[in-house]
Amino acid sequence: MAKDKLKVAFYWAASCGGCEIAVLDINEKILDVIQIADIVFWPVAMDIKYKDVEAMPDKYVDVCFFNGGIRNPEQEHLAKILRQKSKILVAYGACAHLGGVPGLANMANKKEVFEKAYFSTFSTINAEKITPQPSVHVKEGELDIPEFYDSVRTLDQVVDVDYYVPGCPPAVERTLFAVEAIAKGELPPKGSVLAPLKSVCDECPRKKENKKITKIYRTYEKVPEPERCLLEQGIICMGPATRGGCGARCLNADMPCTGCGGPCPNSPEQGAAMISALASILGLEEEKEKYSEEDVEKLMSQIKDPIGTFYMYALAASILRRKVIK
Amino acid sequence: MSGKGEFEPRIIGFLCNWCSYAGADLAGVSRIQYPPNIRIIRVMCSGRIDPAFILEAFKDGADGVLVAGCHLPSDCHYISGNFKALRRITLLKEVLKDFGIEPERLRLEWVSASEGDRFASIVRDMVKQIKRLGPSPLKSKEKNA
Repeated sequence: MAKDKLKVAFYWAASCGGCEIAVLDINEKILDVIQIADIVFWPVAMDIKYKDVEAMPDKYVDVCFFNGGIRNPEQEHLAKILRQKSKILVAYGACAHLGGVPGLANMANKKEVFEKAYFSTFSTINAEKITPQPSVHVKEGELDIPEFYDSVRTLDQVVDVDYYVPGCPPAVERTLFAVEAIAKGELPPKGSVLAPLKSVCDECPRKKENKKITKIYRTYEKVPEPERCLLEQGIICMGPATRGGCGARCLNADMPCTGCGGPCPNSPEQGAAMISALASILGLEEEKEKYSEEDVEKLMSQIKDPIGTFYMYALAASILRRKVIK
Repeated sequence: MSGKGEFEPRIIGFLCNWCSYAGADLAGVSRIQYPPNIRIIRVMCSGRIDPAFILEAFKDGADGVLVAGCHLPSDCHYISGNFKALRRITLLKEVLKDFGIEPERLRLEWVSASEGDRFASIVRDMVKQIKRLGPSPLKSKEKNA
């Protein structure tokens, strides 16, 4: 191991594994990364035990890319260990940054999640009502698995985070930007999201004219015109409330933005920003005399699953963070 | 509001500069009695109220939030701010419901500059309603945590 090479670690917590693949999406550039970096810890690709990480001296790792939110003590422990062992800790991907899709489980608690996953889905047969237990006694001794928390937390709600790479998974150009900035030592101030300041709309090639809609379509209900803004066609697109840096890749594939880039810097509550934006274009302002409050309710009730739409990735990082369950 | 006895709700009021704040002012100078549970924040227009302000108020322990602006359809000083507020608050109530917060805790009312007694009666009514609902569920959660 050459002494001047960067030591890099990767870890996954509550995530799907897509971010691990996103690292490899940089294709042949991975060879450049290997030129300048040694990977010292990467459970998906290397056989290294937690105790080996725990044995590393503090600040031994130069950069740790941490993906996934925190929803059990194992993940929390590794987050704390890797913080201690790393000079730079990067929250990589929407789950570490904002809680991500697993963060939507904050609309339930442990009991409700287990109820759904182990009893009530159609494909589940579990007559003995078996659920995962933190420890179980078998004849060889005691077996432990991590306990399941009620809430998903973002990485920065558990440990101090230096940088964020947004996206689900991060776009190739975001990963490369981060790698290059680290390699050259040209990093922005601590706490920065390594993405442009502007919204997805700024990168979206579609034509934007007059945003006034009265009917909402879900993606399967309409074939969109190929060149016109999807919001103007009544398809909810999170673009206006979402930070760009992805090249509007979903919009280029005729799909609306779902918000994986997280909030724009000047409007840190992504869901509220979208509620605000969508409510202001939904309805005919010129004819507002004709609208009663009931009409407005009807107009708004077209939006199915508002939390899943406005907070698909950022629920755990939102102001309220989770549903209140009495 | 601490101390023993009856639950005293804490209500945040976002009032628009042109109608509702003036209405509240009129209630004051006319010495109309209403409960002191409301903390008023003046904003330029009800359309200026970001849903995030309301979420933040609930997070910080408000038991209720009152948003008041100029009467529909056309009293708004900025032409359509009140209409924007109506649509935002309607949608936000749906979202609050999903978050487990009773949507009745968020109230949107129209109060003109001449309606001091209307403002007072809205506040009286709202305090009564929030007392019936009890403290914000977000607060009881904090206590348990």
